[in-house]
Amino acid sequence: MVSTGSTQRVSTGSITGGFDYAPAPESRAIVDIKPSYGLFVNGEFVDGAGASFKTINPATEEVLAEIAEANAADVDAAVRAARRAYARVWSKMPGKERAKYLFRIARILQERARELAVLESIDNGKPIKEARDVDVPVAAAHFFYYAGWADKLEYALPGNAHSGVRSLGVAAQVIPWNFPLLMLAWKIAPALAAGNTVVLKPAETTPLTALLFAEICQQADLPAGVVNIVTGAGDTGQALVGHADVDKVAFTGSTEVGKAIARTVAGTDKRVTLELGGKAANIVFDDAPLDQAIEGIVSGIFFNQGHVCCAGSRLLVQESVADEVLERLKSRMGTLRVGDPLDKNTDIGAINSAEQLARIRELSAIGEQEVAGERWSPPCELPERGFWFPPTIFTGVTQAHRIAREEIFGPVLSVLTFRTPAEAVEKANNTPYGLSAGVWTEKGSRILWMADQLRAGVVWANTFNKFDPTSPFGGYKESGYGREGGRHGLEGYLKGTE
Amino acid sequence: MARVDVRKTYKLYIGGAFPRSESGHSYEVTDSKGAFMANAALASRKDARDAVVAARKAFGGWAARTAYNRAQILYRIAEVMEDRRPQFVDAVYRCEGGSTARANKVVDEAIDRLVWYAGWADKIGQVTGSANPVAGPFFNLSTPEPTGVVAVLAPQASSLLGLVSVIAPAITTGNVVVVVSSHQRPLPAVTFAEVLATSDVPGGVVNVLTGDAATVGPWLAAHMDVNAIDLTGVAGDAELARNLEIAAADNLKRVRRAPAAETDWSTEPGLEPMTWLLETKTVWHPIGI
Amino acid sequence: MTQTTTTAASDQFADVTASDATLRRFLHGLPGVDQVGAEARAAGLGTRSIKTSAKEFAIDLAIRMVDLTTLEGQDTPGKVRALASKAMRPDPADPTCPQTAAVCVYPDLVATAKEVLGASADSTTGAQVNVAAVATAFPSGRASLAIKLADTRDAVAAGADEIDMVIDRGAFLSGRYLQVFEEIVAVREACERPDGSSAHLKVIFETGELQTYDNVRRASWLAMMAGGHFIKTSTGKVQPAATLPVTLVMLEAVRDFRAATGQMVGVKPAGGIRTTKDAIKYLVMVNEVAGPDWLDPDWFRFGASTLLNDLLMQRTKMLTGRYSGPDYFTLD
Repeated sequence: MVSTGSTQRVSTGSITGGFDYAPAPESRAIVDIKPSYGLFVNGEFVDGAGASFKTINPATEEVLAEIAEANAADVDAAVRAARRAYARVWSKMPGKERAKYLFRIARILQERARELAVLESIDNGKPIKEARDVDVPVAAAHFFYYAGWADKLEYALPGNAHSGVRSLGVAAQVIPWNFPLLMLAWKIAPALAAGNTVVLKPAETTPLTALLFAEICQQADLPAGVVNIVTGAGDTGQALVGHADVDKVAFTGSTEVGKAIARTVAGTDKRVTLELGGKAANIVFDDAPLDQAIEGIVSGIFFNQGHVCCAGSRLLVQESVADEVLERLKSRMGTLRVGDPLDKNTDIGAINSAEQLARIRELSAIGEQEVAGERWSPPCELPERGFWFPPTIFTGVTQAHRIAREEIFGPVLSVLTFRTPAEAVEKANNTPYGLSAGVWTEKGSRILWMADQLRAGVVWANTFNKFDPTSPFGGYKESGYGREGGRHGLEGYLKGTE
Repeated sequence: MARVDVRKTYKLYIGGAFPRSESGHSYEVTDSKGAFMANAALASRKDARDAVVAARKAFGGWAARTAYNRAQILYRIAEVMEDRRPQFVDAVYRCEGGSTARANKVVDEAIDRLVWYAGWADKIGQVTGSANPVAGPFFNLSTPEPTGVVAVLAPQASSLLGLVSVIAPAITTGNVVVVVSSHQRPLPAVTFAEVLATSDVPGGVVNVLTGDAATVGPWLAAHMDVNAIDLTGVAGDAELARNLEIAAADNLKRVRRAPAAETDWSTEPGLEPMTWLLETKTVWHPIGI
Repeated sequence: MTQTTTTAASDQFADVTASDATLRRFLHGLPGVDQVGAEARAAGLGTRSIKTSAKEFAIDLAIRMVDLTTLEGQDTPGKVRALASKAMRPDPADPTCPQTAAVCVYPDLVATAKEVLGASADSTTGAQVNVAAVATAFPSGRASLAIKLADTRDAVAAGADEIDMVIDRGAFLSGRYLQVFEEIVAVREACERPDGSSAHLKVIFETGELQTYDNVRRASWLAMMAGGHFIKTSTGKVQPAATLPVTLVMLEAVRDFRAATGQMVGVKPAGGIRTTKDAIKYLVMVNEVAGPDWLDPDWFRFGASTLLNDLLMQRTKMLTGRYSGPDYFTLD
């Protein structure tokens, strides 16, 4: 828009060109990626008995390393190591000593924060800014938080302060690729604090920070076998959760796999927690703090390329402000910087894998066919190599459309409208999922009413996508069961002695 | 000439009404010595379906009641039970056998258990919820909420105390229930339903199906509008329990597994019968001016 | 031009500014500002990494945006002459170094500053270093309207190109919005010169006294509707002075005002901005919130004194590749 007022000014001269941010790449010299990695079993890196696979940088498609694919025998060896460590060392160690190992790990995560952040960005494709400011510090905070629980467990289960609590045994943990290190921390920190030992499988596209974490366990002199890392894909995960000597299964990932795991453990004594998919509504009322709501919408769906189970992928905006919100949203999206994940000014990085990109493209194409409204992305140049998808919104979406029902797990926002609070609640809850929701309004009583009505495990009111080690996280309905974080997060790793 | 007594017809309890089984089937119920007591309605899959619909309809209102109100209603159930003690003692004595002293004790415990759970309604949130000290300017509160429609396969042996012990924790926490009674000992469940109908419990909050958990259970386990299933009633049948758990995975129901053998219902239950039916909701809000 | 655009804006808001009640309804109907969210957004923008060519661009732009300020009881003509000289040639050793936008002084020193700056056209940009005068019983604004207007007219008569007025925070905080509005309109009229041209009016809110971002947003609209050319955070005499989130809210306001009226208003954070790093954060915010149109001394200023020397040191570092020291820059 041309300024209409500038001619009235006493000119102080103007030679303004654009303020183009020069490239500001974080150096990757700090990370030392080995050509190949084995499995971390019983405190040591060992060769797998099975095949291997490659992990690539999704921003460039460059092969980063060759990774061992653990087969059933490898998984068995890891579970045996974990069982041995549980029986001989970890379950016998006083809580206050276990705590010190966890504090140590937290400190090393902080000390090696930059290395971890760069490695995460390279292997995952996420912007270094987010790896640096969210993934790594929050991961360290989880270890710090749960470390303090290790010698206070009798206070962790209500009603058991006097009868006592005990750990479960060996925990099988399978984590996704969207927050590789952070999900590892969410799993390992409470498990270890509670006195369990673990075998963890990172996602096949993002194994590197888990393997660096294995090295950190060595640095911390964590007793051998307390943490074991087995890399691989679905078969490895199945072998792990189906292993007869596992006492606990913790999984974060898709609802489909979560259901398969629930079937696998049926009829056993294994305890299970599942953190699965979501299709969160981010509800904006006409009296919302609009500028902050726009930020919440943007971070809700574009944070981490939308690879977030609690992403605010359905924007429900009150009809009376829908046009204004959309206009502001589009203008804000125009400032998002898509590109090199290692550039410190990048807001949106690469899609994690070719498979995920194909899924996002497929659902977006379906959206384009079925939705009467508009498909819109800001102009942005995407790199030629690597997996990229521009931030995208669909307007005129209704609950009947697939893009409003299925989890896309990408930077794609469906925009729907509502007229009354009751209608907003009805639409928000009209999904098999129930992980999270957002509410934006300046009216306090309405916030509390909405929070009460929404069937979701996390409700962000006038904020979105906030995480904290003390704050329980997890879903209703098909978003899974059990909670991670906070005191509640320990419940999945403890039982009362009775 | 002696008066001919009026016999009772034992029916299902669905949505606050007492219908016969939609299928028209009933089955013979015998006492502990094998003598005929009555015919009970044999619940079908369609009865289960209707019960789930009734429960779902009742859920919103029941969950929205104040905890204080739910507590009062649970206490009211205990009051009405106490009022009909002789009937329950008789039913337990005839169904479960043993002595009348034992039957009296079981009824005492059942009533006391209701009173115990009545007291939990407005305390469970305080015990299991938390104010979370997050590292930022945010108010952050975790509170428990009911999970929704709960299918309960009630214990087979303990026809009253066991039944109360699986229903009460669900409804005190705001859940609604479709319960399949003990197959062989269904009559106390029907009498209990009659108490519920006269105790200010809204219709649909508890729905009682008499019949066989092995035939109705799979329909409930696979039902996509049921949020949780309590497999207590199939204790000892590992194969059935496993199959029900597999079916329950279709919509990720919360599952309370069947124990190897039926529980001793006389011990204090602890929190677990309630906590497995609670969803923790965490609400964040910025703190600012 | 001045008259036409002002009239246009006034017409658009005639209903709004009809009474205290209508004005209150309008200002309180603006979208609220969530403090935590606004501060998080400001902090997020503060993490932009501005390097090499972008940094060179930003430093020169920031120098051109400085209102080099001295507002002390101990100010003298000598001090102001030195300051004005520095504004014209911030780095005597480097003729490519741009001039600042203005010097900012008390009204009684306007003439002195004007003497020095009279022919200060920048050799490369042709820009002139302006003289800005604080007026209206700066910094508290606690005087009658007549005195405030006289103060303003006096500064304009002495040659001030720009007037930095303060709003009546007492009136604002007690809800007498119309009084604040009318005072700004009156001062704006007092900025007119006999030849029909007008000094530019910057309206200072003293955001440290307004306390809430909601108030900052309301004050911004009030000042813009009243015809202020610039909205300015602070006098520099109250802590906190300029902050990133306060400036964020004001940049959002000018952005929204342009969307509503087509008219641009400038923004000036003042006080507390001392380092190049800080200044660059502000420029990033201008760029991404208001938009690149505001990246110009016509639309964005820094009210500062010590900032300039840090910009110069960083500029020298960029050019020479080594760190400089305070001894190499003038202290005026």
